[in-house]
Formats: sequence, structure tokens, C-alpha cells
Amino acid sequence: MFKYLFARNDDIPAGTAAIYFGFSSIIWFIIGTALGSFNAAKLAFPDWVTGTEMFSFGHMRQVHVHAVIFGWISMAFAMAMMYITPALGNTKLWSEKLGVWNCFLWNFGLSLTLTLLWIGMTSGREYTDFPWFLDLYILFLVVVPLGINVWMTIIHRKTQGIYTTNWFFGSGVFMVGIVVLVGNLPEYFQLTGLTEAYLTWWHAHNILGLWITPVAAAIAYYTIPKITGNPLYSHRIGHVHFWSIVVFYSTPAAHHIMSSPLPEWLKSFASVEGVLILVPAIAFVSNLLLTMTGKWHYFVENIEVRFTVVGVLLAIPLNMQGGFQQTRAINWYIHGTGWIVAHAHLALLGFSTFLEAAAVYYGIQTILRRKLYSLSLANFHFWFLLIGFCTYWISITIAGLIQGAAKIYEVPYIDTVIAEHPYMIARWVGGTMVFTGNVVWLINMWLTAREGTVIPEGRMPHELAYER
Amino acid sequence: MAFREYKVGVRMFGCALGLSMMITLFMPSLTIVSVGTTAIGLEKELSYGRISGFSVEDPFNLGWGKPVTVTLNKDPRTGKKIDTTLAYVYKAGVPFPSGIRHPRILGVGSKDLSQGKGKIGQASESQGAVFLVVEEGDFQGKAYPYVENATATRGWDPDRILASASEGDKHYIGAGKIMFVREQCWWCHTLLPEQTQDWQYFGIPPRLGDFNGESPTAFGSDRKAPDLMHVGSRNSSREWLMMHFFNPRLVQPHSIMPRFDYLWGTVDADGNPIDYDKWRQEYTEYHEGKRIYPPEVPEYHPNTEIRYLIDYVLSLK
Repeated sequence: MFKYLFARNDDIPAGTAAIYFGFSSIIWFIIGTALGSFNAAKLAFPDWVTGTEMFSFGHMRQVHVHAVIFGWISMAFAMAMMYITPALGNTKLWSEKLGVWNCFLWNFGLSLTLTLLWIGMTSGREYTDFPWFLDLYILFLVVVPLGINVWMTIIHRKTQGIYTTNWFFGSGVFMVGIVVLVGNLPEYFQLTGLTEAYLTWWHAHNILGLWITPVAAAIAYYTIPKITGNPLYSHRIGHVHFWSIVVFYSTPAAHHIMSSPLPEWLKSFASVEGVLILVPAIAFVSNLLLTMTGKWHYFVENIEVRFTVVGVLLAIPLNMQGGFQQTRAINWYIHGTGWIVAHAHLALLGFSTFLEAAAVYYGIQTILRRKLYSLSLANFHFWFLLIGFCTYWISITIAGLIQGAAKIYEVPYIDTVIAEHPYMIARWVGGTMVFTGNVVWLINMWLTAREGTVIPEGRMPHELAYER
Repeated sequence: MAFREYKVGVRMFGCALGLSMMITLFMPSLTIVSVGTTAIGLEKELSYGRISGFSVEDPFNLGWGKPVTVTLNKDPRTGKKIDTTLAYVYKAGVPFPSGIRHPRILGVGSKDLSQGKGKIGQASESQGAVFLVVEEGDFQGKAYPYVENATATRGWDPDRILASASEGDKHYIGAGKIMFVREQCWWCHTLLPEQTQDWQYFGIPPRLGDFNGESPTAFGSDRKAPDLMHVGSRNSSREWLMMHFFNPRLVQPHSIMPRFDYLWGTVDADGNPIDYDKWRQEYTEYHEGKRIYPPEVPEYHPNTEIRYLIDYVLSLK
């Protein structure tokens, strides 16, 4: 990477930034899931690694969260943007050099940030735990350069229209900048009290709603039509998806703290808007599944399509849960329980991770012009990810329902802890499976880059048969 | 090719996002800004100090630059007996909380009383100040809580109070909240009894004005352990908390809480070094049934992080 930081832009091969982002994201995914597995082990076996400040649960938990959100998910997004945006504009990335710098500053900044977070330098605000100077680093040295590259590539495109994926890419990176800027106002200006509490959750909601959800969906809009060869089922349903995300999903922030003393009108409004997530969700899922018409054999044969379609299918329980769990009728039961943790993993480890994995699989093969090294290893990755995730999701959902019941019947808390114990072990097993799958994935992608069959000129990776 | 065919779309996008920001940021701010503080809110913000997360005065979250809460039974200037009072003592250089810097956030009534009767405008960070919470003051015929700057109204000197108070009367609540945030207790222990079914077990949910001036509020979102908002009312035993923090399994065999023995530092109350390895080995023997009693938990040194944390937990009433 370092040799390209000071190279002339024209001397950097197309796709370099995307490749760096792709491999960085996989490595951060391994780090993030290793931390997750470690934390889960501590919840199951509290005396496992004990009595050391740096390895206590409280110092590790948020490092896991930010390693997967800003390391894995967001870098996989950056990778997707670096190769999909130019491909859809029939052009080159606006500045490969900016992309390489972006990747370097991102990795550097995230390592610094997570180290400081690890030693306890935290703002104490969930999902925006970084001190404010690191929030500014992320905004100006991570998000803004990415945005400039994406927007300039879209502006310099050689096609007439802008395809659906690029609407989401262009607006997603704009919206995440606004969210990071506004969500951290309490830290820049020492806003306190309910303002701080509300903005904490405003930020947390919108990071998910205006960055992770739309950008992950955008990847599916690319991979399925591209690989199956079917055109997108409906451009107009894409419009419904896009506009309903912008209008409805930017507003329900308050539904994360329904039991706090926020203004009641705000909670009611947020709750109603929260149900409207079903509009973009149904538009997205139906559009993509209908695009698969006649090409369902790819779901079995092709690893990228399989990842994408599983991600799209996981959006169904995700949004059914998400739409209704925040209404007052249900929220009083499951708020603050493991149900929510399971839901968060359904969004990040289920829905979005599967879509991003497809983008990384496909991107590395397309840019390096190498066929995937081994389908068997990819299958191993897929099944370990899926079974590990399902183990986690189901066990923590059950644990959450137990907690909810214990909450409303006011059972002594320790009985809840005892009842949850088997599910905590299951969560650790599931998380460890995901971690194992990711290690295999890195090996597979590394071997793809080194030893994958060279794809002949004019061919696409999915047109070649798997060899191993 | 420019955005020209997308002019309508880009404008619509701006309108849509702008509308959503107006509803979710501007309109709530109008409601929240008019929330008047409660006495609980004042007590909390005065005992926590300026900020309870990362700050320039305390970048590593070690509890620097925080006020000390002192229990007073006699007037520190005249020596006369007074009702038991909590004084929030800000030594010279300790930054004031938001409510003192920007009295507007206290809300109508509390703001006017604090500035008028309470003379908080005369307090200066460079010289330090002692604050008191007055539960009820009269403003235009209605009762409001307010802050009194005792340095201005009664001539109380922060340094003299700290020098004369006994260790038992000093409560390092502000530094303790930093420990609570840094050790991330709030990942498991919420600070928000819910309005639905938590009343009997965890106590009354907080009210609207209980948070003015507090940051972060650290509600927590993932309750894996009991709510702590009123824990000091349920359990006020320092000894129990000491054992519980050193090794939660000493008092609750099924607990999954981590051990926080490292907050004891290197020496105990008598200045003797704490031998953690020996303690852990003896505890393992106890756990395996080779000992009848667990090893004794060392008494903490008064100037340790665990003391701050316990002071904070006991302040949650």
C-alpha cells in the first residue's frame, strides 16, 4: 500500500483501493468477531480471563462493536463503492490515489481509535463511544474523502442515468457524514441531559438506518442483476425503496428509548414512523426476489448470489422485528433484553454482512481477474457464518424472551441470569463459528489473489466453473 | 455528465432530509430545552461535575477535575451546628457543570432563583466554590429547586471544607461516575427503570427534569444485570459492595459480573501491597472446596478507584 500513497494517480492500477479495502475489511471482520467470541465467552464463563483491566468485559465490548461497524461493515461498503460506482458509471474511480489514502487513514485511524477506546478513553455514549476528536477524525479523514470519491465518480460517469445502487451510495455517504456531525454535537458543545440522551440514540439509529441499511441494500441491487443477467425487476419500486428510506427511516430515533422520559409526542411519532420501515423493506425484498425470476439455480450454484439472496431473505425477519418491536405494545416487554441484541446481530451479522460478503467475494475476483480459489472453502465460510449466526440469533432471542418475562413478573434478577446461562454458552459457540468461518474466508481470498485461475479477457468471474 | 437530469431528485432529497431533521432535531429541542430541573437533577449534576466521559481535563477517564461531595453537620465557617447538608465542593480549577455555566438549562424558576438568591453568577472556576441544593425556593408564587453558591452567600471556603472533613464524610461521586463510564458498567446495568413493570423491583422511573446538566446519561440499552438507578436505596452496605466488586461470586455465586479487583490498585488501606496471585489461588482453593472460608477482601485505600466507584453507587438513591 505504501508505495501507492506517493505514486502518481495514473500509475496506480484501477481497483487498487477497492482491493485494499476488501482485504482490510476481512481482517477487521476477523478481529471484530474474535472480540465478539471473547466477550461471549466472558458472559458464559465470567472467571475465564479475569482481574485484568484491559481484558475485562467493559473494556472489550465496545471495541467489538466498533471493529465490526467501522472496520468490517463500513470498509466493505467502501470496497463496494470503489469498484461498483465506477462500474455502474462505465468509468474509472475518480481518484485511485485518494482511495488508497482513504484506506490508509481509515485503517490507521481505526487502530488508534480502538486502542484508545480499549484503554478506557470513552465518551460513554453508546455507538458514539469515541472521544470527540476521534469523531472529527472519522468525519473528515474517513467519511469525507470517501464521499468525494463516490460523488466525483458519479458526476464523471459515462452513462446517462444513475443506477439505483449509486443513488444509495451517493446519498448514504452524505447522510452518514451528517449523522456523525450532528450526533456528536453533545460532545463538541457539551450538550447535556435529555438532549445528550436523545442525540446519542438519534446517532445510533441513523448510523444504522441511513448508512448500513441502505448501502447494504444497494449492494444487492448490483450483485443480483449483474450475476444473474436479469435486469432489475422494477426501477420504480427502487424509487419507492429509496425515498421511503430517506423520509421514513431518518425519523424514528426516539423509539430506541421508549421508556425514558422523552416528550411523549416524540415517542409516539417515532413509533409510527418506525412501523413504516415496512415500506422500504417490502419494496427492497420484493424487487430483488422478483429480479431472481427464472435464475434461481444461481442461488444454489453461485456463492455470491447465495450470499446476497440469504441477506435479502434475512431482511424479512429483520424488518418484521424492527417495525413492530418498537411499538409501545411490544416494546415494554422486550426493551433492554437480549432480544434487542439478537435483533442488532440480525441486522449487522445477518442481513448486512451477507450482502457485503457477496460484494467482497465478487469484487476481489473481478478486479484481480482471478476466479475464486475454492468453492469448498467458500461453502465452509457460508455455512459457518449462517449456522453460527442462527445459533447466536435464536439463542439470544430466547434469552431475551426469558428476560422479558422475568422483567414483567419481577423475578429476582439472579434467576434470570441462571436461566440465561445455557443460551450464553450457545451464543459463544455461534460467535466462535462465525469467527472460524472468517479465518477460512481470509485464507480463501488470499489464495484467490495468489493462485486463482486467471479469468480470460472479456469474461466475468461467474461465467467460469469452480475448480476446487 | 453532470447531475443536471437529477436536479429535481436532488432538491427533493434535500427537502425530505431537511424535513426529517426538522422534526427529529429542531422540534424535540424546543420541548427539551424548556424542561425545568428537579432537585434530583441538580444534585446529580453538581456531584458529577462538568462531564463524565472523555474531557480535556481528564482525557484518560481517571477521575481528575471532579468535585467532591461532602456531608456537613456544622457550618465550616462559624462552627455552629446545622442540619445535615450535602455540599458540592469545587476546588480551584475544577470545571463547573453545565447548569452553573449556562443557567438557562435549569429552566424557568430554578434559573432565576439560582442567579438571584443563589448568586451562582459570582462563582468562579479559578477560585473554586461550594454549592448547595435548596429543594424549594419561591419564584412568582411557585416552588422551584435551585443552586446556592455558599462561597458567596455564606463565605464557605472549598479548601477549608476539604481539609476539615473526615474521610467518611467525603464522597467522590463525580470521580466514581467516571469509573462507572470507563469500566462500562452500563453495558449490563441500566440506569433507567422502565415505566411499565420495573416499579416494584427497581423503583420509580426517572422524571423529565432529572437529567439536566448530566452527560453522559448512560441509560444503557442491554440489561444483563439489575437496574442501578436506585441501588443505593436497596443496598447501602459498603462491605457488601466491596466483596461484590472484588469478586462478585463471593456474595452471589451465580453472578456473571466481572471481577473489578484491579480497581483496588497496589496497596490496601494500611499501605501493605495486595498480593492478588495469592488471593486468587486461595479463592480457587475455596471454590474447589479445599478451604472452608474464602480469603478476606482487602480493605481499600481511601484514594483508589474502587472507593470512587462505591461512593458513586451508594449515591444512586
